[in-house]
Amino acid sequence: MQAIKTIRSCTVVMPATNIDTDQIIPGRFLTTTTKQGLGAQLFADWRYDADGKAIPSFVLNQPAAKGCRVLVAGRNFGCGSSREHAPWALLDFGFQAVISTEIADIFRNNSLKNGLLPIVIDEQAHAWLVANPGAEVSIDLQSNALTMPNGERVSFTVEAFARYCLLNGVDEMGFLLQRDDAIAAYEARTQRT
Amino acid sequence: MTKQAKTMFEKVWEAHEVAPETADTPAILYIDLHLTHEVTSPQAFAELKSRGIKLRRPDLTLATMDHSTPTRTEQVFGGVPISIDSAAKQIAQLERNAAEFGVELLGLQNELRGIVHIIGPELGVTQPGKTIVCGDSHTSTHGAFGALAFGIGTTEVSHVFATQCILQRKPKTFAIDIKNRLPIGVTAKDLILSIIGKVGVSGGTGHVLEYRGDAIRALSMEERMTVCNMSIEAGARAGMIAPDQTTYDYLKNTPRVPKGDAWEAALERWRRLPSDPGAVFSKSVEIDAATLEPMVTYGTNPGMVAPVSGSVPVRPGDAVFDQALAYMGLRAGEPIANVPVNVVFIGSCTNGRLSDLRQAAKVLQGHKVAKGVHMLVVPGSQQVKKDAEAEGLHKIFIDAGADWRESGCSMCLGMNGDTVAKGQYSVSTSNRNFEGRQGIGARTLLASPETAAASAIRGRVTDPRQIIG
Repeated sequence: MQAIKTIRSCTVVMPATNIDTDQIIPGRFLTTTTKQGLGAQLFADWRYDADGKAIPSFVLNQPAAKGCRVLVAGRNFGCGSSREHAPWALLDFGFQAVISTEIADIFRNNSLKNGLLPIVIDEQAHAWLVANPGAEVSIDLQSNALTMPNGERVSFTVEAFARYCLLNGVDEMGFLLQRDDAIAAYEARTQRT
Repeated sequence: MTKQAKTMFEKVWEAHEVAPETADTPAILYIDLHLTHEVTSPQAFAELKSRGIKLRRPDLTLATMDHSTPTRTEQVFGGVPISIDSAAKQIAQLERNAAEFGVELLGLQNELRGIVHIIGPELGVTQPGKTIVCGDSHTSTHGAFGALAFGIGTTEVSHVFATQCILQRKPKTFAIDIKNRLPIGVTAKDLILSIIGKVGVSGGTGHVLEYRGDAIRALSMEERMTVCNMSIEAGARAGMIAPDQTTYDYLKNTPRVPKGDAWEAALERWRRLPSDPGAVFSKSVEIDAATLEPMVTYGTNPGMVAPVSGSVPVRPGDAVFDQALAYMGLRAGEPIANVPVNVVFIGSCTNGRLSDLRQAAKVLQGHKVAKGVHMLVVPGSQQVKKDAEAEGLHKIFIDAGADWRESGCSMCLGMNGDTVAKGQYSVSTSNRNFEGRQGIGARTLLASPETAAASAIRGRVTDPRQIIG
């Protein structure tokens, strides 16, 4: 995994609350056996009509969204199904961070393991971002701060170990594999051998 | 010296800490049972292959296929090709992976196959005090036995494959105290929909729920599973119920529980699991079961729920609410019992067990499915199907005009060929009424098997108490 330190980008705003992972990537696309290529189906049922044509009013189809790597979404983003296809699809589309006032547990975990930053900020800063789509923001994982266009810094927290892994480009699997002795000792101690 | 009072969650958590959490690192948590299926495992097996590593504990891993599998008998057993090509490939991929990594697979034609959360309890591999994970958010179901069971993503699936452990921060605890008893005609599904309505769809985020109180004690194991199943719809990854005699009676005759002296030893361990008197929960809520009614969802998340005898609420100035109603084609203030029905689905990991089919059949017996309504009944497992057929339940469904299928997730999520058409109303016993969940443009109303069956008879959302009295 590539190290992530800072992200500087315009924002795309989807203000709806409780956007679930079925919307992010509908179930019919989950018969894939790879992680690649899911960006084409991101928000498929909001993005395309029955004939597969882009719906112009949907935010991701608008010219202003092009190249923006930060998604600002309403409270409880990523609720529902545990499908890791949701962060895979967001990343494949080009997003690198999701900002909300609350992010669902499983989606947050899945995002951190793939290098998509789930960022929870206070309601006031969030309301400003929702009201100002396209704003240029800067996310600094090293200092746990989101910088707004006026220079104001808004702090956020990312779980310490996930943050360490993201900053250094290391993966959690490697960490767990190195704990083999402790795992074997636990198995012996609890008669799980 | 008095010991510190602990919650059941804390007891199970602490017993599985390979290493406790620190400021810098999450806990390393040992997993007793890893259930896996065709949809969320291929990329995890691929990860092992790319690293050249084996599964650490194939003996603690059990695979089945349920999400993308067909339910039409001719496609499962009759040699007719599976209609979705990518689903057929995904199923074949799991067959290859299970063989290569030495994992027991209850495959497409296996008589023990079924929805992963139905077969764990059925086989008795789901047990009190275990840690259980699966790449599926409804893994919370197994908490009904006093297990700590939660859904994980595919990267975590690969971690458990490789190390039998996952990295986890310790969640908080949330006591859901249900006092008194459910009235006659009000089901476990109505209870959990009421809880989600009260707590909200993110009220449980970061918490493990413990359902407690007289109403919970009075539930059967199958009803308890219905309750725990939808914990995730309140945002909680896990929901637990303390084991008791009901739990032990259910497990005693399942094939894979410890037998003889080992059973007695297990019982002794399990009896120590319930939360200690005075154990402190991070937060709590109390609900009076006696005040509850049959519930139906009217919106696009499970928290948008109202009594079947009630109306769609009125919330002026709430754009998200308005959008949900527009999707559903419903008006604020409209009576819920007035909504027309095109499809009725009985099944899923929420309500696809034998008792659910019995309750639906009881309502349906002697009636016909209304003209123009398609009713699909999908047993949660091949064992449930066999048991239901032994009782003649399938005849009641077929005689009424319903479709009777092979087991699987089916119409709960539109990825296996069973879908609801655009704009149609589906009264479904499943767990999610999200936009498009049952098919593009499908309008899902979540309800109990009784309400679903009653609605099938009338062709409109119907309070089952009007049919069975």
